[in-house]
Amino acid sequence: MATRDTDWDGVRLHVVTGKGGTGKTTVAGALSLALAAGGRRVLLMEVEGRQGIAQLFDVPPLPYAERRIAVGPGTSSHPGGDVFALVADPESALIEYLQMFYSLRHAGSALARLGVMDFATTIAPGLRDVLLTGKAAEAVRRRDGARGRSYDTVVMDAPPTGRIGRFLNVSAEVSDLARVGPIRGHADTVQQVIRSPETVVHFVTVLEEMPVQETLDGIAELRAIGGIRPGGIIVNMTRPLALPPGQLQEAADGRLDLAQLAIGLKAAGLDDSHELASALATELAEQARTALGQDEQQRRLESARQPCYRLPWISGGIDLAGLYRLAGALREQKAA
Amino acid sequence: MPGRSPARLDVDRLIDDRRTRIIVCCGSGGVGKTTIAAAIGLRAAEHGRHVVVLTVDPARRLAQSMGLSSLDNTPRLVRGIQVSDDLTGNGAGSAGSLHAMMLDMKRTFDEIVEAHADPDRAAQILANPFYQSLSSSFAGTQEYMAMEKLGQLRRADEWDLIVVDTPPSRSALDFLDAPQRLARFLDGKLLRLLTAPAKIGGRAYLRALSAGFGMVTGVLTKILGTQVLRDVQTFVSALDTMFGGFRERADYTYQLLRAPGTAFVVVAAPQEDALREASYFVERLGTERMPLAGLILNRVQRVSAAHLSAARSLAAAEVLQAAAPGRSGSGRSGSGRPGGPGHAAPPHNGRSQPGAGDQAAGRQLTIAALQLHAERMAQAAAERRVAGSFAAAHPLVPVAEVPAQPEDVHDLEGLRRIGESFAAD
Repeated sequence: MATRDTDWDGVRLHVVTGKGGTGKTTVAGALSLALAAGGRRVLLMEVEGRQGIAQLFDVPPLPYAERRIAVGPGTSSHPGGDVFALVADPESALIEYLQMFYSLRHAGSALARLGVMDFATTIAPGLRDVLLTGKAAEAVRRRDGARGRSYDTVVMDAPPTGRIGRFLNVSAEVSDLARVGPIRGHADTVQQVIRSPETVVHFVTVLEEMPVQETLDGIAELRAIGGIRPGGIIVNMTRPLALPPGQLQEAADGRLDLAQLAIGLKAAGLDDSHELASALATELAEQARTALGQDEQQRRLESARQPCYRLPWISGGIDLAGLYRLAGALREQKAA
Repeated sequence: MPGRSPARLDVDRLIDDRRTRIIVCCGSGGVGKTTIAAAIGLRAAEHGRHVVVLTVDPARRLAQSMGLSSLDNTPRLVRGIQVSDDLTGNGAGSAGSLHAMMLDMKRTFDEIVEAHADPDRAAQILANPFYQSLSSSFAGTQEYMAMEKLGQLRRADEWDLIVVDTPPSRSALDFLDAPQRLARFLDGKLLRLLTAPAKIGGRAYLRALSAGFGMVTGVLTKILGTQVLRDVQTFVSALDTMFGGFRERADYTYQLLRAPGTAFVVVAAPQEDALREASYFVERLGTERMPLAGLILNRVQRVSAAHLSAARSLAAAEVLQAAAPGRSGSGRSGSGRPGGPGHAAPPHNGRSQPGAGDQAAGRQLTIAALQLHAERMAQAAAERRVAGSFAAAHPLVPVAEVPAQPEDVHDLEGLRRIGESFAAD
């Protein structure tokens, strides 16, 4: 594969986290498309069982199997690569794990009846996370004879920022519980992948106080754990205001020159220009106050000293076209 | 707008009705549940109710504004409550009170253990590694403990209204399911199987064997190793006396949620995925026969000049762009001029220098205003479309709208402003 100068060359597992409502799944989807440009094979993995990928790419609900769902944008020299998707749920991952390591082929239904699956996948702390991160690690390491690596890159739509440290720090989490034993051994293997320089954790946020705070907390948490590499901060849904900078504060304070606005409206052929001017000034004032608040949040994000990318707000909801647009924006900014 | 608009959710009537004792705010993550719960609590207090708001994970500045500085499980009095203006006339205009508390899930769990076991046994449980993981990290513990705390507050009977903000789950349904799941586990067949060898109980043990006990422990040993299994077994036998307690408490809370006097408010942002979650939740509440008051649509885009359509607005902006001397671009990229938000306006914008410069500045301002307006109209239309789909699917669910706030809400004044949008038009 021709090398391209991106900020994350050599990374094979992109973990995407973010607070609820920031568009984490959308960004993970756009990142997968961007990474598939130029012919690479990408696996996009979902771990929270909400079928967000299927909805995003407008395909029927996805099973616990790797399905091709899209093709990345092509370039002049290379056609786009394939994007596969996998919805990993802990129960299926557990059954697969038991089959792979212990040939317990038919244990699943008996275990389910006795509530063991419930126990192992939702209650035994840490086990669920080890099974899910384990699946990602397996996909990263998997090889198939002719092609070499099965996937060039794996993108994981991970749990929200508030849980990301715990989710990824599986080895420590499980070792509190299991000092020895098979699950411990498995966790250690998974941890090697998570802590490799080929894995980064991206944070999706919007420029509001709470998501920004969680992003900063999440990055600090990863640094405190050590060994897990924070990646980019992806600021989603930005809506720049096309106002001369000097007028932003004026607009926010409600000090705009209404007469000037009214003259402009008249010149544009709109009637009622005085009434309209004051209504539009109200809208400008609100948006300017939002923009000033966002500037403050942007400065707070910069204090984390991680690469920062901005994605535009897409009006009317995200469809496939919007997703490719976001993928393009990520590529332009060298996030992929 | 397509279809009939749904009935309006009258939040004021809900909080003014003294029979309302519990309001549960639920919805998917990132829709502003905590803020809405706090705003409902404040408004109810200013309408004379004695309110406690149970929050799980508030934004730092919002928590500070309510006088909360740590997760300490203690209801704190919120200062700065005023008697609502619209109440001063009707005789009932006495001030209420507002308390707020943040949930400490581990401490709540510890307290249940301490309440149900003798001191020695409680100490044994609290020191068990399996218990420690369970009480601090099980994905359902937070939900279970939030519901447990709600039950405790209701029993304490010190407040006449409890407003609960549910945990930021991946799905809005988690807090209904998790307590049941945890109680089922703690009280369930599997744990009895695991403890069976510890109390050679004759027939119970034999039954357990025939149910595949050997296979179960075999598999669990393979997954977890013997050490973990031993921890679980010690934990379970120490917990033995409490089994009934857990189920009973989960049942009590479940009944409480269905009782008259409880009202569920589903919070959603006017976006497709949030409303999809809201839909599931509304349907689930129906199945469980739990009392749904309605939907609060939060962060709704408002427009001030609704009569100017997006298309006309953009067309007008284009007229001005075309008229601009020496400009052929779209004008969308903002300004290349230096200077941050705090800088003074460029000199040609001064009012003492009318003329061409003034006109140019006015033109740019007008273009920005028209483009912004078009964007807002488009967003409002998109929001109406998804809200319309929700209303079509759930025509009987009343809806209240809360306008998007220009800034993050982090003081009582901001909460009060949100509360004002609950007032009848």
